[in-house]
Amino acid sequence: MNEAAADGRQRAISLGLTAHEYELIIERLGREPSEVELAMFSLLWSEHCSYKHSKLLLRTLPSEGPRLVLGPGENAGAVDVGGGLAVAFKVESHNHPSAVEPFQGAATGVGGILRDIFAVGARPIAILDSLRFGEPASERSRYLLDRAVAGIGHYGNSIGVPTVGGEIYFEAPYEHNCLINAMCVGLIETERLIRSAASGPGNLLVLFGAATGRDGIGGASVLASAELGEGDEAKRPSVQIGDPFAEKKLMECSLELLERGLLVALQDLGAAGLTSAACEMASRGGVGIDIDVACVPLREPGMEPFEIMVSESQERMLCVIEPSQLDAVVAVCEHWETAVAPIGEVTAGGIVRVLDGNRVLGEMAVSALVDDCPLYELQPQAPAQPLYAPPERVIASEDPGEALLALLASPNIADRRPLFEQYDSIVQSRTVRRPGQADAAVLALPPREGQTPGIAISIDGNGRRVAADPYRGTIEAVLECAANLACVGAEPLGLTNCLNFGNPEKPHVAWQLCESVRGLGDACRALAIPVVGGNVSLYNEGAEGPIYPTPVIGLVGELPDVHRAGRLGFRTEGDRIALVGDFAPDIRGSELARLGGTELPHALAEIHIARVAATHRAVRDAVRSGAIVSAHDIAEGGLATALAECCLAGGLGAEVVLEETVKPLRALFGEGPGGFLVTGGDAELRALGEHITLRILGSVGGNQLTIIAGEARVEVTLELLREAHGSLAALFD
Amino acid sequence: MKFGVISFPGSCDDVDARKACERVGEAVALWHADHDLAGVDVVVIPGGFSYGDYLRAGAIARFAPIMTEVIEFARQGGYVMGICNGFQVCCEAGLLPGALLTNVARRFVCRQVTLELVNAETPFTRGLDPEELLSIPVKHTTGRYYAPPELLARLHAGGQVVLRYAPGENPNGSLDDIAGVINEQGNVFGLMPHPEHAVDMLTGSADGLGLFRSLAGALV
Amino acid sequence: MARALPALGFDGVSDVRVGRLIELEVSDPARLPEMCERLLANPLIEDYEVLVERDGGG
Repeated sequence: MNEAAADGRQRAISLGLTAHEYELIIERLGREPSEVELAMFSLLWSEHCSYKHSKLLLRTLPSEGPRLVLGPGENAGAVDVGGGLAVAFKVESHNHPSAVEPFQGAATGVGGILRDIFAVGARPIAILDSLRFGEPASERSRYLLDRAVAGIGHYGNSIGVPTVGGEIYFEAPYEHNCLINAMCVGLIETERLIRSAASGPGNLLVLFGAATGRDGIGGASVLASAELGEGDEAKRPSVQIGDPFAEKKLMECSLELLERGLLVALQDLGAAGLTSAACEMASRGGVGIDIDVACVPLREPGMEPFEIMVSESQERMLCVIEPSQLDAVVAVCEHWETAVAPIGEVTAGGIVRVLDGNRVLGEMAVSALVDDCPLYELQPQAPAQPLYAPPERVIASEDPGEALLALLASPNIADRRPLFEQYDSIVQSRTVRRPGQADAAVLALPPREGQTPGIAISIDGNGRRVAADPYRGTIEAVLECAANLACVGAEPLGLTNCLNFGNPEKPHVAWQLCESVRGLGDACRALAIPVVGGNVSLYNEGAEGPIYPTPVIGLVGELPDVHRAGRLGFRTEGDRIALVGDFAPDIRGSELARLGGTELPHALAEIHIARVAATHRAVRDAVRSGAIVSAHDIAEGGLATALAECCLAGGLGAEVVLEETVKPLRALFGEGPGGFLVTGGDAELRALGEHITLRILGSVGGNQLTIIAGEARVEVTLELLREAHGSLAALFD
Repeated sequence: MKFGVISFPGSCDDVDARKACERVGEAVALWHADHDLAGVDVVVIPGGFSYGDYLRAGAIARFAPIMTEVIEFARQGGYVMGICNGFQVCCEAGLLPGALLTNVARRFVCRQVTLELVNAETPFTRGLDPEELLSIPVKHTTGRYYAPPELLARLHAGGQVVLRYAPGENPNGSLDDIAGVINEQGNVFGLMPHPEHAVDMLTGSADGLGLFRSLAGALV
Repeated sequence: MARALPALGFDGVSDVRVGRLIELEVSDPARLPEMCERLLANPLIEDYEVLVERDGGG
């Protein structure tokens, strides 16, 4: 290979491509790539944009269903919720930027997922977040937590979309790789859903929103080091800064453009900015695109064409319009104080051309950039040794009362109020169940036929249990999420997922990923829930090893009458308490085992999905009919913790007796899917018990929680429970 | 009864406020850049982050074209209700005394709080039972009411303190637990809690409806 | 801020006050106090200080 070619290969490698991939590029183009072309390939062929290590695996997931109206591959997926309405939703990660700058990383993560939702024409109506940090003993983790929560709040609150739910775990493997996953849900009339496929040669490509600067260019592989001159301060790339105020205007502008029927296609700009937005639009439409970088409104002087093409400046959208509509589009943008500029044109022939005025800087087949990106088969291999060190031991006592207080105080269980009170959970007036009131968020839909239907949303995923058993742990995550929906009376309609894993080129991580996706697919098929879309975040690892494999599951479900939406807290003295479902508690892999410093088990117990699904249906129907007064699924911390949570949410004590007398700790604190605590009248519960496994345990009343399990006895006042449960407040003082 | 709810760039609770007003009367949207109050009987300045809270919350909104009309409307005795960001705008515009500072905890707080009615004689509170406690949500970062000592004393003496957080319920450190105040003339009312988010038991509470109803009765 | 700095490894920070620096190019510096009174600051709750730097280029 001659010197120039060797240079090119060296540059490609410094941009994150492999030597082999560089050869493939030359083959696709029939020549060496120009500077701009190489930059575009390096981004579109990066893991983040191409999903090259996960795409083959993701194709195994079920994505069909009678209620699905927009499936994977678009900016967001959507399901039919009746009445001519659809709900669009998706979850995405922003892990790596958040580790560097947690406030802006989390904020721009929210900004990005909001744009994905209004890019399909839906008005965002809810946000949920799923967070992972190291143990709170670490000052750095406390700092990341504080700033990430503030960032999510800042963006969501300012733009006027309620943050209605979420989850957070603190585990050592996330210490150097925190996870910030943001989910957004939007509402739209089904027939208005817009796609992103560009079409119509001669149509204009129009960019609107914020000006383009150098945001995120350092993040796009190592472009910065390849191109920066010595001491060239002016070209230093900056962290992406989110501006929710700008996004609110952008959102209203986009929605009005759609409402007026002015758009042929719409796409938001996210990772890899203009490059990925334009190329994906062209690819989906089977067309070509001309882009003139000289037409792009810039925030900084002297930007290079490649910088303009890869900038990740926030709050920008790209649309395709018929030329006759340009004046109308400009008028709408001006009303919303949003900058707008035609920057190119749709062409026939499937070629992407990057121009600077009259100069052609790059010319590539869209298919080469997008469709023909090499996809890699994973090389999975089950790990020979444990991958994760046992957690630090926190409790030594076997006294069940002390164990309960330790669990309630543990960061994975303690009251999340200090977090969710930093989020506006009520703006837009749809929120029927706010954080802390029920196991899932519930939002009202417009009333129809004399009833008020609603949707329920939850986001869940216990990474530690997936680490113990990636296949069963992932099934559990799906079941946990569905259980939360059942507790409010909702039936799942569609699933979104964010797969957060380590380096897939390592066989043990590849194994985790394969097993997890296998579990996800089996769970979705068994429950008949289609995957509507999602996100993959790989390479979350450092010198210490990978994070726990963390598939985060988001579900949206429907309920026919929000007035009957379930609640988790005990309501009235005298209500009877029952355990519903074939609950088979196991201490292995439980939160109690974690506090005791026990290493992860080698596997989780077998799951009888069909039976769990039947229990979900029974609980759901009982909630909908009003037969039961409260419902809460048993999760981290087991039965005793769930009881305590119900007491605290309702401000009422309880007295129960458990059947299990031989292994009381397991009965009290063991975990596993398919168990629920419900309350109601004696007759109603016995009637429910005719359809499903049900054991009446005791009654609501008094101001303490008493649990008797053989010789073991737990007797703790509400006051002490509340004090333990409030442990997270100290992290925000 | 015709309510006009102003939308500034960045207003979040304008739609919610209009829906609340529609439960007791007619409600129209007023655009920040217009000079037309559309003949409304009550102007509502809603919650949100007008102009992104740039400079100070409400500092830029108070100079919006529509505010010229609102200030004149208020001078002539027209009713104005400023909710949360709207309260901040009214203080910046001099329609109400005092100012709103950052919450003591320096964080955004969204929480259902219990309020006591201190002055049940105003056009905004006349329809309420003076003994009744109101459950209404707050959601703000900058809600700590402040007035210098002399002004504060005058407000108390003149019955200008209208709503107060019940003991233990103060979410932001407001002086004397003040949640809402009225001007000397008695026609401009500002409060940090969001009554428009307490108009339906379905979403938590209907205790805020009474404030809108009182106004509807005030014109009779 | 006083807590965030130690988290990043900076010790010895004891007091933090945050203000606002607004830079303006004006033709008539005499009007600056009025600008502060009317918009840039809220005199009820904020102090302000005006610093005029002459333009060296004339």
